[in-house]
Amino acid sequence: MSSPILKLVAQRILLGLVLLLAVSVLIFAGTQILPGDVAQAILGQAATPEALANLREQLGLNDPAWLRYLHWLGGILHGDFGTAQSSGLDIASSIGTRLKNTLFLAACAAIVAVPLAVILGLIAVRYRNGFVDKLISGLALASTSFPEFFIGYVLIFVFAVHWQIFPSISTVDESTPFLERLQAVVLPATALTLVVLAHMMRMTRAAILNVMQSAYIETAELKGLKPFDIIRKHAFPNAIAPIVNVVMLNLAYLIVGVVVVEVIFVYPGMGQYLVDHVSKRDVPVVQAVGLIFAAVYITLNIVADIAAIAANPRLRHPK
Amino acid sequence: MSKELEYLSRRVASGKLSRRDFLGRAAALGVTATFANSLLSSAARAAGPVKGGTLKAGMVGGASTDSLDPALDASQVPFAFGKVWGETLVELAPGGGVEYLIAEEIGASDDAKTWTMKIRKGVQFHNGKEVTPDDVVATLKRHSDEKSKSGALGVLKGIDTIKTDGGNVVVTLKDPNADMPYLMADYHLIIQPNGGMDKPDAGIGTGPYKVAINKPGVKYGGERFANYWQPDKYGHADQVEIIIINDATARTAALQGGQVNMINRVEPKIVDLVKRLPGVTIRAASGRGFYPFNMFCDTAPFDNNDLRMALKLAMDREEMLQKILRGYGSVGNDMPVNKAYPLFSEDIEQRKFDPEKAAALYKKSGHSGSILLRTSDVAFPGAVDAAQLYQQSCAKAGIKIEIKREPGDGYWTEVWNKQPFSLSYWGGRPTQDQMYSTAYLSTADWNDTRFKRPDFDKMVLAARGELDEAKRKKIYRDMGEMMRDEGGLIVPFFNQFVDATGKGVEGWVDNPAQELANGHALIQCWLQA
Repeated sequence: MSSPILKLVAQRILLGLVLLLAVSVLIFAGTQILPGDVAQAILGQAATPEALANLREQLGLNDPAWLRYLHWLGGILHGDFGTAQSSGLDIASSIGTRLKNTLFLAACAAIVAVPLAVILGLIAVRYRNGFVDKLISGLALASTSFPEFFIGYVLIFVFAVHWQIFPSISTVDESTPFLERLQAVVLPATALTLVVLAHMMRMTRAAILNVMQSAYIETAELKGLKPFDIIRKHAFPNAIAPIVNVVMLNLAYLIVGVVVVEVIFVYPGMGQYLVDHVSKRDVPVVQAVGLIFAAVYITLNIVADIAAIAANPRLRHPK
Repeated sequence: MSKELEYLSRRVASGKLSRRDFLGRAAALGVTATFANSLLSSAARAAGPVKGGTLKAGMVGGASTDSLDPALDASQVPFAFGKVWGETLVELAPGGGVEYLIAEEIGASDDAKTWTMKIRKGVQFHNGKEVTPDDVVATLKRHSDEKSKSGALGVLKGIDTIKTDGGNVVVTLKDPNADMPYLMADYHLIIQPNGGMDKPDAGIGTGPYKVAINKPGVKYGGERFANYWQPDKYGHADQVEIIIINDATARTAALQGGQVNMINRVEPKIVDLVKRLPGVTIRAASGRGFYPFNMFCDTAPFDNNDLRMALKLAMDREEMLQKILRGYGSVGNDMPVNKAYPLFSEDIEQRKFDPEKAAALYKKSGHSGSILLRTSDVAFPGAVDAAQLYQQSCAKAGIKIEIKREPGDGYWTEVWNKQPFSLSYWGGRPTQDQMYSTAYLSTADWNDTRFKRPDFDKMVLAARGELDEAKRKKIYRDMGEMMRDEGGLIVPFFNQFVDATGKGVEGWVDNPAQELANGHALIQCWLQA
């Protein structure tokens, strides 16, 4: 293997780590700007000054911000996320279960959405500007244009309330058997698929069409290859980089951006967990979740970059 | 024919015939489904509670940040789950007064300062240990300790000493308080082994169910406690579950799809739609909760009583009740109490919308320009709409209201009790004394209208120590009128708790104290097959 690729990959990973550190500082600064503090938020309307002072003392909120940040960062480096200030539960184990749930839902949605989007994109290119192309684009755009909660409610109404085929509540836990778990996520995964499908499909279509303008495609056409073979063998491989890019972006969205779907389907994932703790000003949890989300984004972006590098023949075969 | 039907309905009630078969036979006998159903439910009530099954509630008001420590309970789900696994000394009875639980009897000295509570014998904690007076003392001490972070700290402030005396717990107060038993019904005061000093969030209590599932923000589960002391009254289902569904539409869908048996907080704007769903029953209970517009009596321009009165007269309460709560409530009278309180005088004149008088008083106050009102979605359901409606009714009196919509996040810390004119909610308190003491005494932490009147404080203390009910009622009447005419409170309405149950849920008893039958729905209801 040639060194330019390895060097580029190493560079990307290093950059990712630096970015992650910067993000952790930003998240911390962000949580400091939120009005009120965790003690006030825990006690809510029932807060008396005495109770507030006691809770602040107990939670160590009287330390300066930078000290709390360093303590926290040190813990993370030792694999310790600490305990949630509000509920007193261990953050790492709470996140573990929730992250698994989120990844499971994201995986279910991705397994359907990614191949479907790419295949639909290919078909759209094959019949470009024709009826099929317009139908695919139209439907995909329509599903994207509806807000997630609307799609979710429609799915619930049709499949959970009217036909009662799938449950409207997707509460799962560690003891839920696989098949039952699968059944529980059918509706939320469908909602997510509908939300991300159009973006990936249209990007695939655009990227391939872009390649279709090239001279070698014309050559292939003149050779008399079938239109679908041209797309599959000649255009698609050269459009991989932008497609992987948009796929990764959507995968990241499936993991970190699904709060609304989780709330509607009562799915115990990361999004709801984060929202609860933001509103309670539970800084350690917000930090931990924020960091994990940032890591997901950065990792997937690095993967996309590496895929783009690997798909580039000029880098694969340096002169 | 009807004899046969009655016989058949009894068979259904005792589980020997399925509901579907019964309806089929009833139809064959030419009876309408509605009548057959009503026959069934009366047979069910007559047959008594059915044991078994899993009763599930879908509830708003839980987060992954919640803890099982009752001292920290601050929202609906921890409150309702607390009633499942724990018990307090006494409980608010549905028809007023108290129901004795861990305490068998509570007696007062003549000066209402020394209270003796007889602790029930033979009540077991889930860990097998019997409840002793020491556990009760420890519980009260934990919650009343100055260092405590308990939500009940304010309620217990008046306690001087707590000690045991044989099988009794004796509490002495700094000042007389005739309402002392009601204080013990506070939902934070769940009796725990050694008062929860060792492990407050262990979830060990004396309730009809043991904690089986504890997933904050997701799900709670209880499993029937075999040694519960009053098995005939509570704990009919084998298991109970609370699933946290914060989204209102998802909650209704879950009830409709049969995934839960009951839900809390049906939004007023959809109640009429929910009512039409087959098998669903709306359970609306009038309570003591109200949605106030708070003015700071000590901050300009609200420090002028003419201006305050003008703003009160410019409130169209009837319209508010109909448009914001769809009639699920009752109009308020600018005092924090209503007829759900014992010793309330119903003959106090009801304030009415009077734009002309409001305009005159507004002019007399000398204030001109607009008045800033802060609101937010979290203040109460429909709070933003309520502010806008109020803006319109004020306009009819020539008063200009400027509305500032605040973010829900941080509303309770940055706006409520900090800004001079804002919207809020109060869940009410069991007694008038508690309501006035919590929010309208000069020294109250939550004096969210900055109502500071020594003469009013004196009346509160006098009423609190008065054991003669007639005299007490008279003082409360005077206090109410004073609040109504001089306070910083505009009360458009008292809200109802609107819950809903699905098919086959029986045994519900309305309780004005809190939603879901004061949190008892899961332990008092049963599932009819």
